[in-house]
Amino acid sequence: MNAAMLDKLKILAESAKYDVSCSSSGTVRRNNGKGLGNTVGGLGICHSFAEDGRCISLLKVMLTNYCIFDCAYCVNRRSNDVRRATFTPAEVVEITMEFYRRNYIEGLFLSSGVMQNADYTMERLVRVVKDLRAQRFNGYIHLKSIPGASRQLITEAGLYADRMSVNIEIPTESNLKMLAPEKSYDSIFQPMKVIHQGVLESHEERLRHRSAPRFVPAGQSTQMIVGATDDTDKDILRLSSAFYQRPSIRRVYYSGYVAVNTYDNRLPALKQPPLVRENRLYQADWLMRFYKFKVNEIVDDTYPNLDLEVDPKLAWALRHPEFFPVDVNTACYEHILRVPGIGVKSAMQIVASRRYGALTFFQLKKIGVVLKKAQYFISCRELPVMGTINELKPEKVRSLLVAKNTKKGLEGQLELNFEQPVQLVTPY
Amino acid sequence: MSDVAESAFAYDKTFDGLLTCVFDSYLLKRKPQRLLAFDEPAPLFCEVAHTVATDEKKAARVWAHLEKKMTELALHSLTVSWLADSITDVDELIFRYICKMIDSPKSIETNFGDADVLRLSQVYKQVCGERLRMLQFLRFQKTADGIYFAAFEPRHNVLPLTLDHFKDRFADQQWIIYDLQRQYGYMYDLHEVNRITFAADNKIAQDGLLDKSIMDADEQLFQSLWRTYYKSISIESRRNPRKMKQDMPVRYWKHLTEKQ
Repeated sequence: MNAAMLDKLKILAESAKYDVSCSSSGTVRRNNGKGLGNTVGGLGICHSFAEDGRCISLLKVMLTNYCIFDCAYCVNRRSNDVRRATFTPAEVVEITMEFYRRNYIEGLFLSSGVMQNADYTMERLVRVVKDLRAQRFNGYIHLKSIPGASRQLITEAGLYADRMSVNIEIPTESNLKMLAPEKSYDSIFQPMKVIHQGVLESHEERLRHRSAPRFVPAGQSTQMIVGATDDTDKDILRLSSAFYQRPSIRRVYYSGYVAVNTYDNRLPALKQPPLVRENRLYQADWLMRFYKFKVNEIVDDTYPNLDLEVDPKLAWALRHPEFFPVDVNTACYEHILRVPGIGVKSAMQIVASRRYGALTFFQLKKIGVVLKKAQYFISCRELPVMGTINELKPEKVRSLLVAKNTKKGLEGQLELNFEQPVQLVTPY
Repeated sequence: MSDVAESAFAYDKTFDGLLTCVFDSYLLKRKPQRLLAFDEPAPLFCEVAHTVATDEKKAARVWAHLEKKMTELALHSLTVSWLADSITDVDELIFRYICKMIDSPKSIETNFGDADVLRLSQVYKQVCGERLRMLQFLRFQKTADGIYFAAFEPRHNVLPLTLDHFKDRFADQQWIIYDLQRQYGYMYDLHEVNRITFAADNKIAQDGLLDKSIMDADEQLFQSLWRTYYKSISIESRRNPRKMKQDMPVRYWKHLTEKQ
């Protein structure tokens, strides 16, 4: 371990940073009292936050950024003139262990460019995770599966890793063919299926024998790039929804396309990554996972793209005024969840508290309901201050809520000026 | 004595003392508005009506009653909220909460329409949040004799709540975690965790930084590796320092390796 490592780490972290997956949750791995590390109660811990506001939970590096593929959207494509480096498996193991001991990280996220061929690369990745576990490392390991790697190697990797992922990157196959001619949906879905089957088999096996080995206990995740192609939010969310039908897929990540290869004419020339759209997609994703929304309620043929001005839950409420007002003192939990401005925690607190007596606007505010939004959609035993959506009409409510946002200045990531249509260098 | 607007109990500011206050209040049929330390001067228009002598038996009787009525989680939220030492009137809040619990025929723990129940749940959340921040942002430095040392200044007295986590996670390394604000810490020697205090004039107890002479040979290399990694992982075109500060408030930066 010496100062030359600084340079290597810099190169290999920079080439890994466009992968957005960061979670270290979804599994429990106990320390037996002799080893290093644990993975606590299904909750990941974010150990730091980078300048771009994203959390740093895992040591996210590539084993190498040499790659035989030439995918248009990737910074590590073989035709790019970037500095290249390669870690030896032992180096990754040492850095991971030492970082972990200092409480810098929660575990390792290891990915790699494809060297020589898929199996050669996958074999080296497997060696790293195997060595880490051999040294009694119980931290979280997220391993990238290389498209086209053999079934055997994936099955072996799954015994050591907590989570595995294969990135689908482009939500329609025709666009994938255009940007990454060497990849196909088949080479992506194949490893996904192997992991899925492995998870199901191990689950069944463990019902019979408690000591049967676990296989990818935190399931798999995938990622889609947003804004690099002309795919609509409907394409993206339908695919996510289909993924979430499979129990082994825990998360779909959306990555606003960062224009890394500006010279490639197949890609749009974006001044900035589409951050607002990315944010809306995550909100829609949350609606599907925690708010019991169906994908068709969020986007359909009439509205194939999410509204950038208002969040998808509010957009749904504005399209369905007949559903409101919801009486917070009598309505069921599912209906309360549909009210814009009431989240999962507030909804649960409302249902728990109303047994002791009817709730008032004041109490709702104290509980944490965003009344600024919710006031148009609820009724309780008080006269509404502003009138409900049915009295005011959706257009009026929309203008009231949007006007409020612009007056204050959009918050956080939303303050980036992103209203102009995407400028394309060449039309598709 | 009964004509003053407010009355107060004076007690020793321990948790058992607080439970004894509850017991005495029902014994004397008198609810104090304020709870003061022995040496604390009473505020204007407030009179110390009773001085509480902490009694473990009385405290145990109050606790036993609460155990019958409340769930384990709600009981836990009481003891955790007690650690919120930077909220000065948290003991009065817990006192009111316990009294309401005793007066009500059934548990009021989920009645978030009640101001005190809601406030206590918020204090509980705050303390748990501070505990989480400690798990997130604690940074160890390795000393030449192989002990990992970390200093921290949490807003509430949450260090005891984190010990189980660190003991399990770093089971195979010796460590010391030190609370610089409250000037005490815990040391793990591969077998058990013991409370320690440094002498007040010890440099380490003042700024929490290891001197280079007692650092492990590779410590500085790993620190700069971590700083390099921290810089390289951020995407320049997505810069958002406001979000970063929101999730990692500036008051923790003092002890963060990557922010030095």
